[in-house]
Amino acid sequence: MNKEHLLSYLEKGIRYDGRKLNEYRDIKIEYDVSKSAEGSAQVSFGSTIMIAGVKMAVQKPYEDMPDAGTLMVNAELLPLSSPEFETGPPGIYAVELARVVDRGIRESHAIDTHKLCIEAGESVWSVSIDVCSINAHGGLIDASSLAALAALKDARMPAYKDKVVDYGNKTDQSVPMEKEPIAVTVFKIDKYLIVDPIPEEEKFADARLTITVTKDNVICSLQKGGAVALTVDEIDSMVALAIEKAPELRSKL
Amino acid sequence: MKSSKSYKERFDKRGWEECRPMTAKVGIIPEADGSAMFQVGNTKALAAVYGPRDLHPKFMQNPKTGILRVNYNMMPFSGHGERVRPGGSRRSKELGLVIENSLMPVLNLKEYPNSVVDVFIELPQTDAGTRCAGIVAASMALAHAGLEMTDMVAAVAVGKVGGQLVVDLTYDEEAYDGEGGATDLPVAVLPNSGKVTLLQMDGGVSREDLKEAVEMAKRASMQIYDLQKKALKESFTEVQK
Repeated sequence: MNKEHLLSYLEKGIRYDGRKLNEYRDIKIEYDVSKSAEGSAQVSFGSTIMIAGVKMAVQKPYEDMPDAGTLMVNAELLPLSSPEFETGPPGIYAVELARVVDRGIRESHAIDTHKLCIEAGESVWSVSIDVCSINAHGGLIDASSLAALAALKDARMPAYKDKVVDYGNKTDQSVPMEKEPIAVTVFKIDKYLIVDPIPEEEKFADARLTITVTKDNVICSLQKGGAVALTVDEIDSMVALAIEKAPELRSKL
Repeated sequence: MKSSKSYKERFDKRGWEECRPMTAKVGIIPEADGSAMFQVGNTKALAAVYGPRDLHPKFMQNPKTGILRVNYNMMPFSGHGERVRPGGSRRSKELGLVIENSLMPVLNLKEYPNSVVDVFIELPQTDAGTRCAGIVAASMALAHAGLEMTDMVAAVAVGKVGGQLVVDLTYDEEAYDGEGGATDLPVAVLPNSGKVTLLQMDGGVSREDLKEAVEMAKRASMQIYDLQKKALKESFTEVQK
């Protein structure tokens, strides 16, 4: 497979697997896939599978935010999920993935962190989201972001009594959610814009832009990837495409 | 040792020799050369096999044979209580080693000098018996990858809870603090030869109990073996369709 061949297809408005340029693969969400987690979800985009789990704990708040709970997102590109991934500490791509998912949730204020305060200055809930790849076949950023959000929606707080978290005892209280930020990553290959690439397409992409938008189309985080420059018009087209696709992804939740 | 039994009925009402409900599926990770899932009760193990492939770093290469490398990992949210910090622990390292030793006897990697067969075991959710579930899944994944094997490997944790020998302990049983306490004894068995390839124990039992416990593990393994064969056959009929 070479770039000319790929471009000749895109020219005709069609992808290798028969999809249109702006078309995602089949998206499926399964909830409560890990009973050990406070919340969990598995998202698949075609053969790509990502799993996200939420763990909650009680900790001392940060000094500058004494009445706010904390959020942490971590991503593991497991060597189980692709021949390209290796064991060891998270590589640069896993770190970027985690930070992009984190910023989408944080900057959209998806979680009302003040409602996670137990006692100001003393104890607040911390929400840790871990996203792990099960089968990595492209589209990881968008699938991870959707999995993280789905896991948050699935989460139920554990009981907390006498300063001890009782993990075996889930309450029916959800994590206080305010927004549903959706990440759409648009890839530029030559003059064409596509979403949800398979690795063969990703390989020939010049640049990508991850655009996270809320339901009311507020853009809450951006991440440009790839070493090719974008024009302002290209950026605007990419954002338009993200705003067009986000409701479709959100509707799967 | 006292013969009185403080554990009269299992927490989940199972028979003493009854395993929790089990499911097995082969071919769950298309990127891998072989893959499988095995779930027993609330313990779920995923396994992927990559290889035989080039081994790096090069100094680890063996010109006489390929090597097996097993990586065991709990997903950060899969623990019983707080989040498990990612990046491995002394425990996960040790388990990788003993699982490797449990699978090696059925493999013949002489045909693949300087290569490695990588097995990755991941646990998304756990309720005891994770190393055994990992072995069951890994064995299916190795067969699915088309590697030459002289037998499958089936595994189950047996043990003694409150004076009573039981099969397939849950976390609550492992943590039993009534009289007699809890002894945990994970065993891997080669179903066709009846030989044991993994044997560990924490607790205290008599010589007679040990012998009986291993026999119980062998009986349970036959049931697991049937499930492994069925899942493998199903994966191949799917390919034919």
